Amino acid sequence: MENPLLSVRNLTLDIPVGGGILHAVRGIDFDLKRGETLCIVGESGSGKSLTSLALMGLLGKTIKRSADEMTFDGIDLTRANARTMRSLRGARMAMIFQEPMTSLNPAYTIGDQLTEALLLHKSVGKDAARARAIELLEKVGITAAASRLSQYPHQLSGGLRQRVMIAMALMCEPELIIADEPTTALDVTIQAQILRLLYDLGREMNMAMILITHDLGVVARVADKVAVMYAGELVETGSATEVFNTPSHPYTRGLLRCIPLPGKTERGSTLGTIPGIVPSLIGDVAGCAFRTRCPHATLACRGDIPRHITGGHAFRCIHADGKRHAEEATA
Amino acid sequence: MTTAPAPILELRGVTKTYRVKQGLFGTPRPLTAVNDVSISLPRGEVLGLVGESGCGKSTLAKILLGLESPTAGQVLVEGQEIGAQDRMTLARRIQPIFQDPYSSLNPRKSIFDIVSLPLRVHRIGDAASWDKEVRKILDIVGLPARVMNTFPSQMSGGQRQRVAIARALIMKPEIVICDEPTSALDVSVQSQILNLLGDLRREFGLTYLFISHDLAVVEHLATRVAVMYLGRIVEEAEVGGLFDHARHPYTQALLKSVLTPEPGLGVPDTQLGMAYPNPIDPPSGCHFHPRCPKATAFCKATAPRALPTPLGHVECHLHDPQGPMFIGKEG
Repeated sequence: MENPLLSVRNLTLDIPVGGGILHAVRGIDFDLKRGETLCIVGESGSGKSLTSLALMGLLGKTIKRSADEMTFDGIDLTRANARTMRSLRGARMAMIFQEPMTSLNPAYTIGDQLTEALLLHKSVGKDAARARAIELLEKVGITAAASRLSQYPHQLSGGLRQRVMIAMALMCEPELIIADEPTTALDVTIQAQILRLLYDLGREMNMAMILITHDLGVVARVADKVAVMYAGELVETGSATEVFNTPSHPYTRGLLRCIPLPGKTERGSTLGTIPGIVPSLIGDVAGCAFRTRCPHATLACRGDIPRHITGGHAFRCIHADGKRHAEEATA
Repeated sequence: MTTAPAPILELRGVTKTYRVKQGLFGTPRPLTAVNDVSISLPRGEVLGLVGESGCGKSTLAKILLGLESPTAGQVLVEGQEIGAQDRMTLARRIQPIFQDPYSSLNPRKSIFDIVSLPLRVHRIGDAASWDKEVRKILDIVGLPARVMNTFPSQMSGGQRQRVAIARALIMKPEIVICDEPTSALDVSVQSQILNLLGDLRREFGLTYLFISHDLAVVEHLATRVAVMYLGRIVEEAEVGGLFDHARHPYTQALLKSVLTPEPGLGVPDTQLGMAYPNPIDPPSGCHFHPRCPKATAFCKATAPRALPTPLGHVECHLHDPQGPMFIGKEG
């Protein structure tokens, strides 16, 4: 069997805050092969963006990172020094950020920013870098690509800037792309086009992708694997079909009930909700973090939570099927 | 049906043109943000307004709120032109709920101050009655009375949006303009706010103009839908008619770009091409022709007229029985 490109075991991120330690990410595991797309889905504060920053080695100094294993193509990222990380970032692993408005440098032209990583990491000349930049801008659907190189970020619309960000991430043909909410700020029509583009490019270049989003529609359509994150833990993981067709964690099912399904949900009917709020992750956190909002919570949920694994589908719940049958019977 | 009741909100040929300077010494050129829009909305209905960024949705909302005056045309509330009413009267009848509850609430005012401000501005009641009214409305939007003395920074996104709704409803308006009210919220919170908006409409007989780019949400909440493209309403229909039998190719493309959470379907190809046209230089003839998969030379030359459909209208040559492209399928 092919070795995974990225392997993460027991990744934990702790942030010291005023009242103690904030356990933002609490022991997550996943593997990603070349050409695969993993979607991490969860709500604000679930730790999904921090996870991506941890992989890229971009965490703030105050955040304490620990992991039993975190390897990228055999390179131990937990021991990698700043120089090794610099040689990986931009070249072999690249990131697309959520805010195209703030993640481009307003004082440099699009061309400068696009070619920077390529000139730094690969021994190519300026002309070759420029040609590659134009090629990629055209690939992401930007018209008059050559003339865009001399423009500044403020001269472009939000959709164009986001496409520039994607082109920038692809410049060095990375093996892994981490995209944090890459289409959240965009119109639905452009969202579909950008996702299609990422999907096609991923297939074409055999690129692995981690897509972080809260949009379940996006997840269902592009993911090979899905990881549902809640309060710093992956509560359910599996293939897109497994997670969407047989959601097993009560939180996953709760999320799916919250969104209106065209053609299925009756128009104007009351949508499902998840009552309550995300618990504080400061101090000791024990048991299932979802128990305060879960309709099936019992006293046992305060203790250790077993992980149920069936093939590639896994979830954490004290109930053997996450009480799926109970919910289906009443539905 | 006998005599239809007078619509609560009516737009007759509303046009808004801005003069936009291009470059430092450029001569100002007209930009038509809203182009000859006519809508009539009966009391208690929810009109979903959809379209891409820059199509004029928000300009239309501003005109309705009296924040911008139309260059041409009339806006009537219960048969009375709003230009003739002063802003205070208008504010009693029409209230907004904005997209971002993080920036639309004054961070230095307590929740009581924010919610009671309309009463104080309009000099309704005294301090004792303000307290009573605020408690009442907070209860209606599902917030405990104890939040009265807290500040927006102490609240979650969903709670803030409830505060924004309470502030909008305390004057008992008849029309509420919701501009992307849930797009900054998490999935589980979004469904709570949508349920709340639905309940409030039924309870108080409110009329909504609901602006959103999330078509699944619009389908769920709206009773009528208007699709806007480059300042024009290109199709308007009752919600079922629009979603089940979209006539305009643009509406069809928008519907196709909705990513429903169904795994295995992949990312749809909207066939729209990337570029949304520059509104300062709108395409000739039918504004949509450069992106339309069904466009012909006739569409490029001639602007389509508004054609009545059952319960709405559409602007497309494909459906014009006197047009050269009529294919005889008009239902």
